[in-house]
Amino acid sequence: MTGFFQRNGIAISTYLILAVVFWVVLMIVLPQAYMLDFSFRNNLPPAKIGGPEDVYTLSNYRYLVFGSPGSADAFNYLHLQVFLRTIIASIFVTLIDFALCYPIAYYIAQVAKGGFARSMILLLILPFWVNEILRAFSFRILFGTSGVINAVLQSLGIVDQPIDFLRADVALYAGLSYAYILLMVFPLYNAIESLDHNQIEAARDLGSPWWRIHWRVVMPHAKPGIASGCTLVFMLSAGALAAPQILGGPSSLWFTQIIYRWFNTGGNWPQGAAYAIVLLLACLVFVLAVMRLFKISLGEIAR
Amino acid sequence: MSSQAIRKLLVSFYIVLFFLYLFTPLIMMGMAAFNDVEFPQVVPWAGFTLRWFPALFADALMMEGIVNSIWIGIGVMALSVPIGLAAAIVMTQVHQRLQTLYYTIVVSPVLMPGVILGISTLVFWDRLGTFMDADYESFYYSGMFLTIIGQSTFISAYTMLIFLARLQRFDRTQEEAALDLGASHVQVFWKVLIPFLRPAIFSAMGLAFLTSFENYNTTVFTIQAESTLTTVLAGKVRMGTQPDLAALAVLIIGVTLVSAVAIEIAQRREQRRELAAKAEAARAERTMQAAAQPAQ
Amino acid sequence: MSADVELDHVTIRFGEFTAVKDANLKIEDGEFFSFLGPSGCGKTTILRAVSGFLEPSDGEVRIGGKNMRGIGPNKRPTALIFQNLALFPLMSVADNIAFGLEVRGVGKAERRKRADELLDLIALDGQGDKKVGELSGGQKQRVAIARALAVEPKVLLLDEPLSALDLKLRQHMRTELRAIQQRVGITFIYITHDQGEALTMSDRIAVMSQGVVQQIGTGSEVYENSQTAFVASFVGENNPFTGKVAAVDGQHALIDTSFGRLRGRNLRGLSAGSEAMLFVRPESLGLVNGQGAADNVIESTVLHSEFEGSFFSVFLRGDGGKDIVMSMTNSGNLPEFHEGAAARVGFRADRAVVLPVGEVADE
Ligand SMILES: Nc1ncnc2c1ncn2[C@@H]1O[C@H](COP(=O)(O)OP(=O)(O)OP(=O)(O)O)[C@@H](O)[C@H]1O
Ligand SMILES: [Mg+2]
Repeated sequence: MTGFFQRNGIAISTYLILAVVFWVVLMIVLPQAYMLDFSFRNNLPPAKIGGPEDVYTLSNYRYLVFGSPGSADAFNYLHLQVFLRTIIASIFVTLIDFALCYPIAYYIAQVAKGGFARSMILLLILPFWVNEILRAFSFRILFGTSGVINAVLQSLGIVDQPIDFLRADVALYAGLSYAYILLMVFPLYNAIESLDHNQIEAARDLGSPWWRIHWRVVMPHAKPGIASGCTLVFMLSAGALAAPQILGGPSSLWFTQIIYRWFNTGGNWPQGAAYAIVLLLACLVFVLAVMRLFKISLGEIAR
Repeated sequence: MSSQAIRKLLVSFYIVLFFLYLFTPLIMMGMAAFNDVEFPQVVPWAGFTLRWFPALFADALMMEGIVNSIWIGIGVMALSVPIGLAAAIVMTQVHQRLQTLYYTIVVSPVLMPGVILGISTLVFWDRLGTFMDADYESFYYSGMFLTIIGQSTFISAYTMLIFLARLQRFDRTQEEAALDLGASHVQVFWKVLIPFLRPAIFSAMGLAFLTSFENYNTTVFTIQAESTLTTVLAGKVRMGTQPDLAALAVLIIGVTLVSAVAIEIAQRREQRRELAAKAEAARAERTMQAAAQPAQ
Repeated sequence: MSADVELDHVTIRFGEFTAVKDANLKIEDGEFFSFLGPSGCGKTTILRAVSGFLEPSDGEVRIGGKNMRGIGPNKRPTALIFQNLALFPLMSVADNIAFGLEVRGVGKAERRKRADELLDLIALDGQGDKKVGELSGGQKQRVAIARALAVEPKVLLLDEPLSALDLKLRQHMRTELRAIQQRVGITFIYITHDQGEALTMSDRIAVMSQGVVQQIGTGSEVYENSQTAFVASFVGENNPFTGKVAAVDGQHALIDTSFGRLRGRNLRGLSAGSEAMLFVRPESLGLVNGQGAADNVIESTVLHSEFEGSFFSVFLRGDGGKDIVMSMTNSGNLPEFHEGAAARVGFRADRAVVLPVGEVADE
């Protein structure tokens, strides 16, 4: 510690410590810790906080699993179903994005030449300067019942009634996949780019078919990039709120939408906090699973 | 046709398809901005109009949202750039054994869903306000303040990563050289470190502002009674709405295109400058050597 | 204030590892003093202790008689030229040179004037507005020196400043550095692993090995009167012969080696029976004509020879089973050395030193 002050001087050291402590303690650790604490409490008006009713309870979590004590069902089927669907659909979106982006990332990193590769990267980034909500909105224009796709299908005579893509969640999955493409492409691109092209050439000279080169040479090298892309896409999909609100059908709820309701119309913050904790845990499990699966560290994922 | 040629063709085909997927939605939205119907759609085409652009600026709610978003963006810049910088410097100095723990904590906001950051910020400051017995006008309950804090939680991690990348290329002996020449630590910081980090500071500021400007997930929880551009937009889009949203998108895309081109040109110019300096150094090298020759 | 630099029993440890062991020496005001030693022997560490980036674990660093403990690098009357120069790449040449003045609050015009004077001194006049990146290696070198001189230090510390330059420039800069030192007249402490640099420039040299100062003396002292096996083998070329002291005879010691009994100066006062090494320089060897013209005679065979212009090196395999190098100045009538031919070589006892067995520099 004295070394730290000696090295940076009093004034700079003070700035460094204050800034980092403010961030880590007041913005990261305490809010998370408090949210956890809060999720184990009853929903009380401010006046009763700290009073005799302000005790720890599991009721918020119990509600997610079993529903309200008075209900006829044994489990809270609606919410559990939404939770599972959110997770599974997010995994699905992640896989789609990986499949979509891997060829492009490989092409730009290893095949395309200087200026061309640069322009392609620029083209890739461009759509993502447009706001998330507007991007989802553009999918509505595309997929709506009076949207472009339906118009094309109808004019070609393939269907005679417009298809409700929104209700069928097609628009939602397409929109989510679209929204996070960039976060998949870039980690992949960075990882593949660092692979020495000679290694690929060598494998090719040895007569490996192209798919084997990818499976045995490129992908193992790009492991940190794959892990990082998948983690980011999964986490953002599972935590997405705008896209489900805009592109989800009227009945299809995303888990974040339920959380949002607890905070808004539901007016039950501790309940919402409990749901948020569950979502956070799900993401944590996913990150740990990816780290395990790919045998890499957190530092390599978050870069 | 050889299988190689077929594969090449398939690859090109795929790339074209991919970029179509990337741009079709935006192009459609762009066209909707100029279509003269009340509902945002492209077909049927009812004629060209520019009326959605003035409509955009006439929308008071949207304008208020934009103004709030700009203020929040500035606030986030002012908070997350110094925090990210400090965190990155500390990262380079923290003891080896603590490094992993520290890194895990400070990048965790990046790997956390935005809604969670919004929620935790909201409940924490709300509770803090109750604890301090603050009145409802105070900052503990201010949507703008909470949004700046909530967004900065993860945006500071982004700025930190930018600074870390640049710091890795920093030659620490420069700091020592400055100290040795009599500079105080504060002078070293302002005259050596900050100038070196200047490009990273600009990137971090840009990234912080833009990320803040388009954030929705965190904001929607922290903003409460107030509004930002994204919350206004989300509300409007859910309503079904008018093509003025498409007009907004067109404006954003236009600004983006211009700035992307400007950045590209600036980068090329920078490269040219570096090349010129290298050539000059090589020339000086030759002259020096020629001068040293007779000394032999 | 005079600017002699004293290291009073200075030891510097990094954790378990001792980088400098009990260095004890005094560098006089205005002296050109070099630390010479192989890579990793602790030279930079000593310099950093003098400039204030490190505090000694034990002992004291004194400058002008004043203990420097607790005084930061920005408060010491020293200026350091870093091994990698550490110029500020974003500043112009003049701004680099004037940096020390700027942080002392000197006005802009005054700074510029001073920078121009120093640019003159290092023969870079008119180049103050260039970017550092536009300079050649040797020019950067000189800018680093000017930048350090600008703060008018009492002691200038130079950490292998020439190592990045190519051979020609290095030799050119040697003369220049020495000239600058004589012009400004301050103490220079110079670090190098190149003995040629140390020998040509320094008033005195400290030879170091593995954190220990082995010998301090003028160039000719360390060369002629090496006190340890390490110094003898590191400074210049030397032929070592290992053996045991058989007898002591006045100033000389007689040592039994695989070549028989050899005689050399007993610099360290060894007594009979101790393990010892005798060192003789290639230029002290000569051909022995007829019988017993030299104190020491070695029978050998010629391996090969190399003509190097002003002198001539002959590689011999001694009958004792060891390779020996002999060098002869080219005086125009050199004998011919045929491969495989027998050669009797010898040397005078006064030209050889007998030292205790110790670490030998590997080359
Ligand atoms: N901060 C440090 N922590 C631990 N060990 C160190 C540190 N600095 C130097 N050392 C060790 O101390 C020894 C001496 O290092 P020093 O840099 O002084 O060598 P040097 O003589 O300058 O070598 P070179 O000619 O290569 O520059 C080395 O073995 C080095 O590994
Ligand atoms: Mg060194």
